[in-house]
Order: sequence, then structure tokens, then C-alpha cells
Amino acid sequence: MNKVKHNPLNILAVHAILVIYTVIALFPVVVIILNSFKTRKAIFREPLALPNADSFSLAGYETVLKQGDYFGYFQNSMIVTVVSLFFILLFGAMAAFALSEYRFKGNTLMGLYLAIGIMIPIRLGTVSILQIMVASGLVNTLTALILVYTASGLPLAIFILSEFMRQVSADLKDAGRIDGLSEYRIFFFLVLPLVRPALATVAVFNMIPIWNDLWFPLILASGEETKTLTLGSQVFIGQFVTDWNAVLSGLSMAILPVMLLYIIFSKQLIRGITSGAVK
Amino acid sequence: MGSLTLKNINKSFGSVLVLKDISLEVEDGEFVIFVGPSGCGKSTLLRIIAGLEDATSGDVLIAGKRVNTTPSSKRGIAMVFQTYALYPHLSVRNNMSLGLKQAKRPKAYIEERVKVASDMLELGPYLDRRPAELSGGQRQRVAIGRALVRNPELFLFDEPLSNLDAALRVNTRLEIARLHRQLETTMVYVTHDQVEAMTLADKIVVLQDGRVEQIGSPMALYNDPDNIFVAGFIGSPAMNFLPGSVIGDSARTIGLRPEMIMLGDEGEIEGEISHLEHLGADTNVYVRVGEQLVTVRYMGQTDYEIGSKTMLSYSLAALFRFDEKGRRIRG
Repeated sequence: MNKVKHNPLNILAVHAILVIYTVIALFPVVVIILNSFKTRKAIFREPLALPNADSFSLAGYETVLKQGDYFGYFQNSMIVTVVSLFFILLFGAMAAFALSEYRFKGNTLMGLYLAIGIMIPIRLGTVSILQIMVASGLVNTLTALILVYTASGLPLAIFILSEFMRQVSADLKDAGRIDGLSEYRIFFFLVLPLVRPALATVAVFNMIPIWNDLWFPLILASGEETKTLTLGSQVFIGQFVTDWNAVLSGLSMAILPVMLLYIIFSKQLIRGITSGAVK
Repeated sequence: MGSLTLKNINKSFGSVLVLKDISLEVEDGEFVIFVGPSGCGKSTLLRIIAGLEDATSGDVLIAGKRVNTTPSSKRGIAMVFQTYALYPHLSVRNNMSLGLKQAKRPKAYIEERVKVASDMLELGPYLDRRPAELSGGQRQRVAIGRALVRNPELFLFDEPLSNLDAALRVNTRLEIARLHRQLETTMVYVTHDQVEAMTLADKIVVLQDGRVEQIGSPMALYNDPDNIFVAGFIGSPAMNFLPGSVIGDSARTIGLRPEMIMLGDEGEIEGEISHLEHLGADTNVYVRVGEQLVTVRYMGQTDYEIGSKTMLSYSLAALFRFDEKGRRIRG
């Protein structure tokens, strides 16, 4: 049924551009992973070479796994990211539903107020946040990080999700009301499944910065018990000596879970787009 | 006591008054159609009856009970939507049974109701499919089936045929008429299409700008319209309106139905053939009279030369006269 004839030159150009972009984007990742399997000398002698029998070494991984509580850090990162994402999606979707579904005084104003956070970098408030956390005794807890990330992720989530929820057929929600579904069931049972692609988008947007963040873990939760992966990897970077093997191995392992989460969400994203829900 | 009563319903969105003092009585088993141009408030009125929208003032009574504060699901109504509004992730069976499950009805009863409804609409083979696997007509039947299963006191239809193509529209129209005959339940139906209104309704409510213009049976509205709006809205092709001065009448405006005008060498009004539309069974002849185009419906096939002069004649009984406010001058 594809009636449009594609010019082979165009296809070639498009693919060339995409390939170049992919190579540029993946290059640093590949270099990190390659070098994590090499001896320290080999890293510096030939950074781009593949590890061979001579240069192959798992020293970096050994250091990472021996020194420091790598799995503890990993667990912390995972908890912070997953719980933050959960709250961002839950509260963001609920607020977006209320904004898009109900007519009340100050609706637009409320929407603006909730979305304006997109324009204000949360790091500007670091000092006050630290004061609040100290006052409430949350310093060096994962709760502190989860609260901060949830707050900073909500504006974008509400902005994107309310736009999507406006597109959900009003008749569908009304049909649910006539069938006796409560507003909560309409939200969870009818609306959420239909905005799944948007949820996946928001999740991906929020997940990576949270996983990679160094700033707030350093300030709010730098204790050994609450260190996240990014912060934990920093022990190998010293002012004078850096254990590159360990840094590269640590980073390689840190990439894996994000990639896994990304694949899960992006599958959702594609499934959501292709299912063609209403009409 | 009628099965639906509206008492002085007003509705405003902000400062915009969309429904103005609407009162209406619907008898048991009646098929009532709200008809009017888009934006006249007919859908809002239906949503108020359904409980999806609150009236700013006034009362809604269903089966004699005041239901202003009763939630939609407890009003004893079922509604069919223009966009079908089927739950996309549920099978046809679950789409139809969700309402009863919510109401905690026994399983056997639900199964029986689904069976009755699906037999009635010939949906049996599709019960385990999802809405996405059905055609438009089938989806609309599922939507009707979902309403049927609830066994409501009152059926509400919100432009159920607008999303269907012409052939399906006629079929589904017949099906709805048949359902009404079988069930003898009160039905309230909203449409902007006067053909649907004429063919289905026991009683038509013509709305414009949030006001009821006239209530009556299809033939009463056609034969005896109260005002220029109803006269122009009911009937297809629409009634012709000319200044009374054209025939030397004292009325501001006169109205003539296209099917009541004869063309010939003699008549009261002079015109010039401007365009012909051949439909086979009849022909729409457009005649220019002064500045205006008059539609004449000629039964059968005919050929006039474009630009030729003709005379229009009519019987006095077919002449409608309206005053400067558009009200009918009777007698």
C-alpha cells in the first residue's frame, strides 16, 4: 500500500546521517566498556585498541567489587530511581488528570503554577533544601533524595501528561461514569492505560538524570550507607591519582541497569503507539 | 406521570447561558428527539439528563423521582455515545457487562443479560473480540448492546449515527427503530440531522440557542411550524423564504416548501432557471427570483434550459406567513 516512491539517494542519506549520529553517540560508551577490560598501561598506550591476550585484565572489576560496597551503592541508586519514578508518575498523572478533567476555579492558574518548575533549576534551591533536610532530620537518608527528585520531576510530568490526558475521549470517561466506575477507577482503569506512551516518555526523561545525578547524593546523602552508584564511583577519582581501571569498570556496570530500564520503557512506548486504542 | 420530566432547566458555563428555561414532559415508551443546529445546547441537555453535567437551576425527574443529585449510574439510564466510547482494552463481553459487574449483580444474571442483548444485535460471534478488531458498525452495535444490558428506564443516544457512513446509517437507524418497538422503553435521542429526527421520533423537540422552539410530532412540525426557524429546519430540501412583497402579501416573510411549488407558463412569481440537480426519482430545480434562489422539487425527471424564464405557482394552503420576528401568522 506504500504508494510514495522513495528516492534511494534519500534513503541512503537518511541512513548515513543516522549511522553517523549513532556512532558519535555510542563512541564514548564503547570506549568506556572496551577500556574497562584492559590493564592500566594498555588503557593509556592505545585507548582505542580492543583488549587482546596481553592487555586483557579484570583488575578494574576486582577493585570495584572489593573496595567499597558496590552492591549497596547499586541498591541505593535503584531504590532512589525506581521510587522517585513511581511517585513522579503517580502524582504527576493524578494532578494532570485533575487539571484536564475537572472544571474548577483557578484551573489554568494551578496548571501554570505546577508547570512553572520546568523553568527553574532545582539546584538553585540547594541551600534551602539542605536546611529543610537538616531541620527534618532527613540528611543521609534515601528519603531525602526521593523527595527532591520527585519534586523536581513533577512539573514536566504534569505538563506532558495533562496534554495527553486532554486527548483521551471524554465520552469514554462518561461511559465509565454511567457504568458506575468511581473517579479513581476511571483514572486507573480507563485513562492510565491510554496514556501509557506518555507515561513511558516521562519515565525515560526523568530516569536518566536521577540515575546519573551526583549533586544531591553528594550534598544530601554522602554517608557510606546511602551512597549512590555515581557517588560511590567517585572514590576512585582522586585529586592526584585516579584508578582508571576501577572508574571505567564501575561506569560500565552502572550503564547496564539504566539500559535495561530504558528497554522496558521504550517497549511500552512502542506498544502504546501501535495498539491504536480508541476508534 | 411521564418517565422523564424537565422543569425549568437552566445551564450556564461561566457567563454564557447555554440552556434557557427548558421544560419538557416525556411519556412512558416515547421516542423523543432533540434536534437543532450545532451549539444549540441539545447535547448539554442530554448530559444533564444523564447526570454528567449539573443544571445551574431546575429539576430533572426520571420515573417521577427527582434525580438532580443522583449519580449517573443510579439514575436507571444507559447512554450511547457518538464516538462509541468502548473500553479499548476490554473484550466485547466485558464491555457489555462492566456496568452490571459494578452494580454487583449476580453472575448468572449478567450472563443472561449479555446473551439477550448480543442475540438481539447479532453480536454473538464477536463477544471475545476487542473493539479494535471490529468495524465501525459493529462497534456502534456493541455500544448499543452495552446500553441494552443495563435494562434501563431511559435510553439516551448522543448522535449515535454521525460517525457511520451513509449506508450503515440507514441500517442502524432501522435497527434503533426496531429496538424501540421491541423494548417499548423511553428513548431520548440527540441529532442535528432532521432526517433522523423525522424518521425515528414520536416527538421532536427543536432547539435553537438553548431555547425550545417547538415540540411536536414530526408531521405536526412539518405541517404546522410555529416559527421561521422550525419551518426552515424541518423538511428537506429546506423551505424557501421570500419577502412577502414578492406576492404582494402583508407578511414580512412568506415560506413555500420546494415540493409544493409548480413550474409552468402561468403563476404568481416570475423566475429564471439557474441550476438543476438530477436525483433520478426527482429533480431539484433552482430558480432565481430577484436576488434569491428558490428550490423547487420536481417529482420525476425533467429538463429545463438554464437561463430560461419560468413562472412559479402554488396553492394557497401551502403558503406559510411569518411576521417580522419570525413568528408564524396563522389564519
